[in-house]
Amino acid sequence: MKQVFNRPESLKDVSTHFCPGCHHGSVHRLVAEALDEFGIRSETIGVASVGCSVFLYGYFDIDVIEAPHGRAPAVATGAKRARPDRIVFTYQGDGDLAAIGMSEIIHAANRGEDITVIFVNNTTYGMTGGQMAPTTLPGQKTSTTPYGRDISKDGSPFKMAELLSNLDGVGFSARVALNSPKNVMQAKKMIKTAFRYQVEKKGFSFIEALAACPTNWGMNPMDANQRVADEMIPYFPLGVYRNTANL
Amino acid sequence: MRYDVFFAGYGGQGVLLAGNLLSYAAIHEGKNVSFFPAYGVEKRGGAAMCTVVFADGDTGSPVVGNPSVSILLNQLSFDKYAAKVKQGGVCIVNSSLVDTAGVELPGIEIVLVPMNQIALDMGDVRMVNMVACGAYIEKTGALKGSSLEAALKKALPERNHKLIPANVKAMEAGALAARG
Amino acid sequence: MQAITAEKIFVKGNEAVAMAAIEAGCRCYFGYPITPQSDIPEYLSRELPAVGGEFIQAESEIGAINMVLGASATGVRVMTSSSGPGISLKQEGISYMAGSELPGVIVDIMRAGPGLGGIDASQADYFQATRGGGHGGYRIIVLAPASVQEMYDLTMLAFDLSDLYRMPAMVLADSVIGQMKESVTPNPRPQTLLPPKEWVVRGRLAGEPQNVVKSLYLGDGEMEAFHWKMHARYQELADRECRWEEVQTADAELIVTAFGSTSRIAKTAIAMAREAGMKVGLIRPVTLFPFPKKAYAQLSERCKLFLAIELSTGQMIDDVRLSVARDADVAFYGRPPGAGSLPTPEELFEQIKKNYRASA
Repeated sequence: MKQVFNRPESLKDVSTHFCPGCHHGSVHRLVAEALDEFGIRSETIGVASVGCSVFLYGYFDIDVIEAPHGRAPAVATGAKRARPDRIVFTYQGDGDLAAIGMSEIIHAANRGEDITVIFVNNTTYGMTGGQMAPTTLPGQKTSTTPYGRDISKDGSPFKMAELLSNLDGVGFSARVALNSPKNVMQAKKMIKTAFRYQVEKKGFSFIEALAACPTNWGMNPMDANQRVADEMIPYFPLGVYRNTANL
Repeated sequence: MRYDVFFAGYGGQGVLLAGNLLSYAAIHEGKNVSFFPAYGVEKRGGAAMCTVVFADGDTGSPVVGNPSVSILLNQLSFDKYAAKVKQGGVCIVNSSLVDTAGVELPGIEIVLVPMNQIALDMGDVRMVNMVACGAYIEKTGALKGSSLEAALKKALPERNHKLIPANVKAMEAGALAARG
Repeated sequence: MQAITAEKIFVKGNEAVAMAAIEAGCRCYFGYPITPQSDIPEYLSRELPAVGGEFIQAESEIGAINMVLGASATGVRVMTSSSGPGISLKQEGISYMAGSELPGVIVDIMRAGPGLGGIDASQADYFQATRGGGHGGYRIIVLAPASVQEMYDLTMLAFDLSDLYRMPAMVLADSVIGQMKESVTPNPRPQTLLPPKEWVVRGRLAGEPQNVVKSLYLGDGEMEAFHWKMHARYQELADRECRWEEVQTADAELIVTAFGSTSRIAKTAIAMAREAGMKVGLIRPVTLFPFPKKAYAQLSERCKLFLAIELSTGQMIDDVRLSVARDADVAFYGRPPGAGSLPTPEELFEQIKKNYRASA
């Protein structure tokens, strides 16, 4: 019988702790597939962040460094500078990357570090219980914005893929989503391109993945997927924002 | 023997270079040396000070409260530090810029050397620190003139080595003036 | 055996640290400018590329220490340096390194604080250095050089101890030792037998174990076990790695104790006291963590009077008091840091005279 679906080699044969309908599992899989397809699993170092993605090393069958909250791009910088022959990627959430770690991501990108950053934007702090994230949408209720995000006080959501695309050090910056089969296929292509940038030493690459967090949004997985389509994508348009090597 | 010397002036008078020069000369003579600089926050024109200690054995404290020799290049330094010289010690003063009239320092030998004037006569007022170094070795005999000459090669950047003969002459003139 | 002799050089304490780092095989440096230690990044930005090393002026001290973490996780020798305000920022990363059992050298050229404080020499970050500094109840190795030669030698030792015990090591000096120049013998790197770094992240072939550098321990008893493991390691450090210097303690009626710059000033004060016929000695801890408790205990069996001198209102004195015999007195003289507060040998001699009492 022909096998049409298999677990990527870069993922362990374990079940994740992610909630039903969470998109982290899908992003994990797409990253693992990219590592498999380039045949770089054995030379890859992952950098885990703080948040739901901290357990990266439990799911990816690769060597991993766990970084302090927000500091993954600095940790990855150190690892890559020390071992330029390795593939180094960070995997970060929105609170980690765009709040406490804004300085580290901007500067790593601006230096054009030869790393790949996978940024999962679900508009909330997942692990700590659904507080306001730097990407929380205007009016969105969270456990620390019980009346909805008030942009006059909290500022507007950061559009990281666009923001980073303005930096000369960035090779590739794109935003993808995982709410539909079509978007997942597109995401797979983009994530692969991001790693291709590093494999071919074309510079810093950045993927922003819009993701659902049904638990903290108080929704079922289907409604959460619908929210990605109805609320997130209009605010955070999908697409490639920078692609200096035209890969 | 353990020697200590304190230099003070304003930034631009070459106080730190003079301290470095004495340090290299002492190393040339096989001594252990500590050179401790202190300067104002300003890059130019602030106060500049340094203490040099050299000894056959342990240099001990890089900080000296009552120096056995102080070389004071401007009025401010003189007013602040002259009285701190150790009893029996020597205070070498740049009399071109310092007015010592009416100042009594019992137990301290004051040596007046018109350093700016001598340096100007030698062709460049910037050599005031060299005049001071010459006066120092003349008064103390702590280091040989030939060591200072050798030290110039190390203390000065390569591009300034052509100035060494002029600097040596300035030192000799300082020594002569200190001899009185 | 004939020691390898090198020609003496005349350099600043900070430069000696940077030179020693390269000699010790450090090939990555990440830092951020702050007075009075900027000579270190300046030197390494110039010299590291020449030996194939990496230098980054980071976006912040937080960025720098996390680059240290990342590089260390791959197994290379790596260093950062800073002073007070910057060292405070680095504490997050130092805690994570301690939690991840990562080696790495942190140089702290202490300046006056709290807050922005000033650029004058200080020893008031003794507690911050020796008590871990960040969250989580860890310790790091702390070495306190008192000369430019020791800035050189102890920096190399810091790399070795850090690798041997898998924890961050700090070279703790101040702006006196950092800014002064002395004649130095640039000794070759010691031939220390070091364990292979089997724990590094390196990317790996199928069948090899997965290496994870992490500080998160969620399983029942895991975190507690980690703490006991580290506790045992600190004990091992105390048993094997204490270093100190004693000067004229054999007949001393009063033993001065000071570390780093103040120990230098004290030495000249002690020479003055000896000249005046007073039996005064010195004990100088070289390792501040582990603190050489046994040396103090031993000395205090005979000599019952100590005088601790610090550029603070008194921090190391706590460790001295915990180390000496119960019937020994520990007097204190401190000059908290700031412009004009550096004590002179003459001043310390006065303190010795004030406290000295010869036994009948």
